[in-house]
Amino acid sequence: MMNVWKNVKIKRAFHQIRMEKFFKTSLVLIALSILILVISFLLTLVVQSMPSIKALGFGFLVGKTWDPVANVYGTYPFLLGTLLTSFLALLISIPFSFAIAIFLGEYFPRGWFSEFLKNSIELIAAVPSVIYGFWGLFVLVPLVRSLEIKLGVTPYGIGIFTSSVILAIMIIPYAASLGREMIRMVPSSLKEAAYSLGATRYEVIRAVILPYAKSGLMAGVLLSLGRALGETMAVTMVIGNTSLIPKSIFDPGNTMASVIANEFTEAASSLYLSSLIELGLVLFLVTVVINLIGKRIIKRFTTE
Amino acid sequence: MKPHIKYRLGKSKFFKAIVILLSTLCTVPLFLILFYILREGITRINWHFLVNLPKPVGEAGGGIANALVGSLLIVFFAALMAIPVGVMGGIYLSENKKSRLANLTRLAVDVLQGTPSIVVGIVIYFWIVKPLSTFSALSGSVALAIMMLPIVVRSTEETLKLLPASLKEAGLALGLPYQRVILRIVLPCGFSGVISGIILAVARIAGETAPLLFTAFGNPFFSTNIFKPMQSLPLLIFNYATSPYDEWHDLAWGAALILLLWVLLLNIITKITTRRWKIQF
Repeated sequence: MMNVWKNVKIKRAFHQIRMEKFFKTSLVLIALSILILVISFLLTLVVQSMPSIKALGFGFLVGKTWDPVANVYGTYPFLLGTLLTSFLALLISIPFSFAIAIFLGEYFPRGWFSEFLKNSIELIAAVPSVIYGFWGLFVLVPLVRSLEIKLGVTPYGIGIFTSSVILAIMIIPYAASLGREMIRMVPSSLKEAAYSLGATRYEVIRAVILPYAKSGLMAGVLLSLGRALGETMAVTMVIGNTSLIPKSIFDPGNTMASVIANEFTEAASSLYLSSLIELGLVLFLVTVVINLIGKRIIKRFTTE
Repeated sequence: MKPHIKYRLGKSKFFKAIVILLSTLCTVPLFLILFYILREGITRINWHFLVNLPKPVGEAGGGIANALVGSLLIVFFAALMAIPVGVMGGIYLSENKKSRLANLTRLAVDVLQGTPSIVVGIVIYFWIVKPLSTFSALSGSVALAIMMLPIVVRSTEETLKLLPASLKEAGLALGLPYQRVILRIVLPCGFSGVISGIILAVARIAGETAPLLFTAFGNPFFSTNIFKPMQSLPLLIFNYATSPYDEWHDLAWGAALILLLWVLLLNIITKITTRRWKIQF
């Protein structure tokens, strides 16, 4: 009788050890599969864009005409469009996101209005981009059109400027919430030291808080930029989708992401398709590098 | 008071005023958007709108039943794929902080998080749509699952990292096998963080359009076959908003309001969850 019990116990123990091994191995396998997923992601993009890389070479990035009908693929107009919209959006959004970061991080860390502001900012990040695009198309485009009439430029309404405004709204939360965290992490002893020397609030912010949180704020800006570069739907809906080189910021244009969104399912020839994928590859590499730099800065900042 | 001190104090006040002004201004576009969508959408939503299919151009009325069901199905299957992998991945990362595989996986998750959504669509097109030679809801789900994965992994990892080691040690000291310690003690303690990460991820992918353009593709008819093209709310909004027809714009406004309410609801649930089940140590 005793022996039987002993056997059962031993069996159970072995079973548990096996289960434990099984569990640990499956954890490792899953981590490995995530890694493999990302590697094959990159490989797929590279392999599929090979025909265009071979056929077009470096001219792909500097060619000024994009005319799939004539089999000419130069992506300079889209690179320019992407850079223009993203940096213009960044320029518009930075004062606002830094103001929010300072407001929530330094002036009013608590209170009902800060709570409200914080939730609103989170909400801005939560609204789907297709809704921004839809709203932009029906509200912002007429507004920009009347502005353009006043300025005396061709009143397209849609175009680089409109997309930048929409993008600016969308990317405010990224730099703002990160900036807030970073400003909160400024040691109070530093601030108090400055106050005790007779500095005003503004001087403390300018001479102590902002320099201390500089790299963190920078990281927030980079993350915003990454988001703006890769944003597709809102931009596609309001940028006008033309492959001509934009001459001013009020002209319609195209970004890398919006070209892919518009033309991918229509790409008839294999070179056409492959050049769109190469565009995707470039976009992927640029946004990933920007994001990784941003993350690296945050990590260094938070572990110091 | 001496004039230069007055000047400095004035500058300080001025700066504060600017900061307050700019931060308050930020909420304006948000409320303009919310208000506008609500005003345009609310008149279109009724029972008829929810249970009918879109009518052809030129006929008033019609609904978005196909997009509603499609969105639910696509998001459901995406969550089904992403949650187990994401949570397990998060557990691995929090359990193995320093191993080489963990560092590489963490890098991979960061890369995935920074990937533009349109690129995910391209890759899934080649992985699933081309081999099956048809657009399908399944491929849309896979694309959304990939978008969801980094958020779930990261929130799980961050939550479990915060739990005190004594919890795990107590379980192990009682002789519990490793998987039970993790699944029955550590994971339930971090429940609020894990679940709120999952809900946030679902809210995020519910509004994603770009990865669905070349995968789920959209479908004007009712379909529950996941191996065929399927309509979803964001796709419907995109297609109908950019069309020149007023009837279709009407449908898009209603759909936009429903999508917005859905996303907001999920965000509010996240807030409540984190508050409700937050375990303090």
